[in-house]
Formats: sequence, structure tokens, C-alpha cells
Amino acid sequence: MSTIQPIAGQDEQHPDVALVERVRGGDIAAYDTLVRKYERQIFRIAQHITQNREDAEDVMQDAFLKAYEKLDQFQGNSKFYTWLVRIAVNESLMRLRKRRTGKLVSMDEDVTTEEGSVPRDFADWAPNPEQNYTQSELAEILRKTIQGLPQGFRVVFVLRDVEGLSTEETAETLGLSVPAVKSRLLRARLQLRERLTRYFGRRAPAVAQAAAAPGGDGAEA
Amino acid sequence: MTCTEFLKILDDVIDESIAVETRTEIEAHLRKCGHCEVVLNTTRKTIEIFRCHEIYEVPTEVSERLHMKIMEKCRKAK
Repeated sequence: MSTIQPIAGQDEQHPDVALVERVRGGDIAAYDTLVRKYERQIFRIAQHITQNREDAEDVMQDAFLKAYEKLDQFQGNSKFYTWLVRIAVNESLMRLRKRRTGKLVSMDEDVTTEEGSVPRDFADWAPNPEQNYTQSELAEILRKTIQGLPQGFRVVFVLRDVEGLSTEETAETLGLSVPAVKSRLLRARLQLRERLTRYFGRRAPAVAQAAAAPGGDGAEA
Repeated sequence: MTCTEFLKILDDVIDESIAVETRTEIEAHLRKCGHCEVVLNTTRKTIEIFRCHEIYEVPTEVSERLHMKIMEKCRKAK
């Protein structure tokens, strides 16, 4: 499901560049191809940020329309996809702001929390633990788990690990520094791991005891 | 290597951007520390699960409807 784009070499042109050029020349069918290529990813990102289906549908439409209208401003020094994601992230935040009646919404929300920055549950998982759940049960677990993350962590995780942007692209898209992205990514990954262990962890008595122990360097050899 | 030191570079270990000389230290730590081994493996699995499972599935008819709306708006915008 993730879109990990091949890194184009210096002499190699990304296929999107040719499509963008065709759209600029008035070929709307080329834009249709770009929309088809990225609409699912843009919808997912919008849904992750807004946490609302209707908003995600609106954001998806607005983001593609805005990108189309502003295509002349696309410089080509970043990938078209990264540029499009940036528009979708901004549209999603604007949509959230509207819902919260003008209250400022930013990528820094709740990121000062210390929750989950240190592993506490060391229960190992069964091999392929997701197979113990139906597709819909698993989707519900994953939704609940990721929705519990602070927004500033959730968006970094989604862009970097689910949608396959590089650390640098994620930083550029969100207007964050590379160290900030790295720090949020680590904490997002650890918090998600901790929460999923509640569902996937094997609860042998010895392991359960270790899980109850305070985290940090308790296991230091 | 301590657990705290390992945790600091966990992301680099997962993303496989670790210098060769550090790799030996990491392997030695993981052989001794079951907890860090579990944290590494389950964090990797966490990423894999989120990457491989669609949690916000869009039905084809919804996707088609939205696609048509987008293209209609773009045609009008010209």
C-alpha cells in the first residue's frame, strides 16, 4: 500500500516531471493520470490528520484542485508527490482549524508528552500476530492505536513509515528540522509498538513480570 | 553498549543506516539483552503491519466519485 518512489539518479527524470510538463501545456488527461496515481495516498494522509471521513474527502478534492491551479509555482526541485503532500497537509490542518472554530492547529500539538519515550512492555510477539484477527478487527486495532498518538507524532509516522517519504522530505513537507522528525519518529514508533503489544504480546508469566517492571535500563546487561 | 545507547540509535538500526563498526557493538548487545532484541523486532513488526494493512479503505465507487469531482473542478478552473 505504501508508495516508495524510486530515487531518481541525477540524470534520470522522475516520470511525474513529464506528466507535469504535459499538464502545463494544457493536457488535462496527464493530470488525470497524476490524480489516479496519488489519490489514495492523499486521502489516507488527510484521514490520518483530520480523523474524519467527510473532511478527508473534501481535503482530497481541495488539495488536487489547488495543486492544479498552482502548478506553475511547482519548481521541480522537490518531487511532485512531496509538493502535493505538503498542500494536503496544509489543507487538512486548515480543515481541523475550522472544526475547532478557529483554534490554532499545529504540528507541535502535544509533542512535549513523555509518554512512551521509554519501552516498558517487553513481552515478545507471536510470529505473525495479525493472523489472530480478522481484517476488520485488525483495521480497528490499528486505527485505535494510531489515533491515540499525538498529532505531531502521528503525521510524521504516516508520512515517513506508511507513505514512504524520506526523513528529509518529511521535514520539508511539515516545515520541521531533520532532528525534530527523527525524534518524533522514534517516539511514534515506540508508542505504537507499546500499544500494539497489548494486543499482540505473548503473556508468558516471566515476560509478564518483566513487562510490569519500570522501563529504561532495567534490562541492561 | 547500554540499553539507553541502543535506544538512541534504534531508528538508525531499523532504517539500516548504521556504520559497520557500530553494527558489531549492536550485535553484541543484542546477544546479551533480550529486552532490546524484543523492542527491535516488535518495532520493526509495528512498522511492517502499518505499512501492509489498509486502515482507511476507500470503496471503489467513492474513489471514482471523488476522482470525477476533482477532474470536473479542474476543467472548470481552466
